Amino acid sequence: MNVAKPNSYRSGPDERGHFGIFGGRFVAETLMPLILDLEKAYTAAKADPAFQAEMNGYLKNYVGRPSPLYFAERLTEHLGGAKIYLKREELNHTGSHKVNNVLGQIMLARRMGKKRIIAETGAGQHGVATATLCARFGLECVVYMGAVDVERQQPNVIRMEMLGAKVMPVQSGTRTLKDAMNEALRDWVTNVHNTFYCIGTVAGPHPYPTLVRDFQSIIGNETRAQMQEIEGRLPDSLVACIGGGSNAMGLFHPFLDDPTVEIFGVEAAGHGLTQLHAASIAGGRPGVLHGNRTYLLMDADGQIQDAHSISAGLDYPGIGPEHSWLHEVGRVNYLSATDDEALAAFQLLSKLEGIIPALEPAHAIAKVMELAPKRPRDHLMVVNLSGRGDKDVPQVGDILRGKK
Amino acid sequence: MTTRIDTRFAELKSQGRSAFVTYVMAGDPDAATSLNIVKALPKAGADVIELGIPFTDPMADGPSIQAAGLRALKAGMTLKKTLDLVRDFRKDDNVTPLVLMGYYNPIYIYGVDKFLTDAKSAGVDGLIIVDLPPEEDDELCIPALKAGLNFIRLATPTTDDKRLPAVLANTSGFVYYVSIAGITGAAAADANAVGEAVARIKRHTRLPICVGFGIRTPEAARAIAEKADGSVVGTALVDALKNSLDAEGRATAKTVNAVAELTAALAQGVKGAQQAAE
Ligand SMILES: Cc1ncc(COP(=O)(O)O)c(C=O)c1O
Repeated sequence: MNVAKPNSYRSGPDERGHFGIFGGRFVAETLMPLILDLEKAYTAAKADPAFQAEMNGYLKNYVGRPSPLYFAERLTEHLGGAKIYLKREELNHTGSHKVNNVLGQIMLARRMGKKRIIAETGAGQHGVATATLCARFGLECVVYMGAVDVERQQPNVIRMEMLGAKVMPVQSGTRTLKDAMNEALRDWVTNVHNTFYCIGTVAGPHPYPTLVRDFQSIIGNETRAQMQEIEGRLPDSLVACIGGGSNAMGLFHPFLDDPTVEIFGVEAAGHGLTQLHAASIAGGRPGVLHGNRTYLLMDADGQIQDAHSISAGLDYPGIGPEHSWLHEVGRVNYLSATDDEALAAFQLLSKLEGIIPALEPAHAIAKVMELAPKRPRDHLMVVNLSGRGDKDVPQVGDILRGKK
Repeated sequence: MTTRIDTRFAELKSQGRSAFVTYVMAGDPDAATSLNIVKALPKAGADVIELGIPFTDPMADGPSIQAAGLRALKAGMTLKKTLDLVRDFRKDDNVTPLVLMGYYNPIYIYGVDKFLTDAKSAGVDGLIIVDLPPEEDDELCIPALKAGLNFIRLATPTTDDKRLPAVLANTSGFVYYVSIAGITGAAAADANAVGEAVARIKRHTRLPICVGFGIRTPEAARAIAEKADGSVVGTALVDALKNSLDAEGRATAKTVNAVAELTAALAQGVKGAQQAAE
């Protein structure tokens, strides 16, 4: 890569929302004033100790933080290399890391006086977290979800409805996460006066990638303190799966300027990188979609291509802009895991540790199965266990029975 | 620099007429039919042509124009073929202004400099790129102005007086006022509210102001024409096209006429308007 190394990997974005050439604000004029308002409100909230204090209260007593950093003893023994720790984001209320970000955005929406919340969702975890906090604070909630995902993540659809949210199945395009995001943007353009768009990952127009990252950084900050307490030092490597990249960015960001920490992001390789997949860095190039410039899967004419992953939460043809930048400057290594590798990891973790992971972090576990055996026994490896697998049990059950 | 757009609006002004602007999707339902439709538009009364560049993820468009883009893509349309279509149209029409409207990614992937050169030589006069607000002017707006193309910006009900100067700063050709907060094909705007908005924008610019989104009938077009320098109709024409297709979505003998006839009716509506005094 011919990109100059910065003094710090943690100083972005610039005032226009750029991480190198990535990021920006590629939105319709109707939305521009709202995005500027949001940026202002976020800057003010960040500087307000009362905002942080209120958030900390909910993080502790409602979400259940801090999430444990757990030594996965049997997985470590089985793989015979690095000492593996799981950051247990699946123990959060609602079952994934998504709630960290949603809490922050809902507190912001309240500060801004917005009464109607919209969200896009793939796996349904972000939708569930949004529906949950809307219920808690008495806000109207509309969740856009691709019709294909509505089908394969039924448990989460039912949860959202029980929480009082309206789930809108999206029939346009490929009927997955990308189309849900298009439809949410269309709703937002139409209902600008009263609506807050709660984006579920580190993507979208500036300031979303930054504020989502900041709200998720609690994952890495806790990990740092917990590892210090358990092992008396920093971890040697970090591994996280990547849909848009929010659980990964939350774990990675606090460690970006620690040169001894190796960092691995894991994209979804679907049926394999030469076939249908969702690995934007491995198989894409820079383009502009959903408000930002980033690595995207597209054809020669700049048309966005269908992504595929067994995991609805990773089934997106893009990635957050800060990841694109971290890839180009070479700070983070981006790997990928196939559907089959993720399924194998899903079963292994369930059987060895008694933890059924979501299919998304199963991709991270799949790469741990490759990386850990090649590392010495005193190597400390942290994997972000971003969510639990309850939502995937029907889907994986069908696949496993079909295979038998 | 004077483009065909500037010339056309100057002419209309001297005739005391408001412009009728038509939008169709390039390559819908196929490249050959689409060329014939575009050729038929000026004869049917279109003063300015907006030609959509098909894109998989048109986030500011409603179902009709989304479907039109997908029909075009399915029939093999690309940005390069869109420019070919413009070049073919220019073989027998060197006066009707033609504006490309779409999203940034296909242009970014084509290459901005190459695109501007090719668009200019094909006979394109201006660009409306929905996802490039003034905050991203370095990307395409400034290079387009340097290349001699108009960059037409959208102003919306959320663009307040404080923001208008920034929106208008590098705008040329005309200003496209989006009459509602919403996507194409959504509810129509109230003509009186539009009149107030146009008056507000006119306090900031001398450029012509065209109004679009939600105009479907000759009556609505006339009401808008009385308040603005032009009215834009898109979804209604795209729907007329779609209704003329066969069960497999292919063009029929009626397709070109279906669009031309509605264009003529709408143009009649606009021509019946009493121009508001400046
Ligand atoms: C448990 C879990 N992990 C990861 C993801 C992927 O999102 P991100 O890359 O933003 O963390 C999702 C998305 O739905 C998820 O539900």
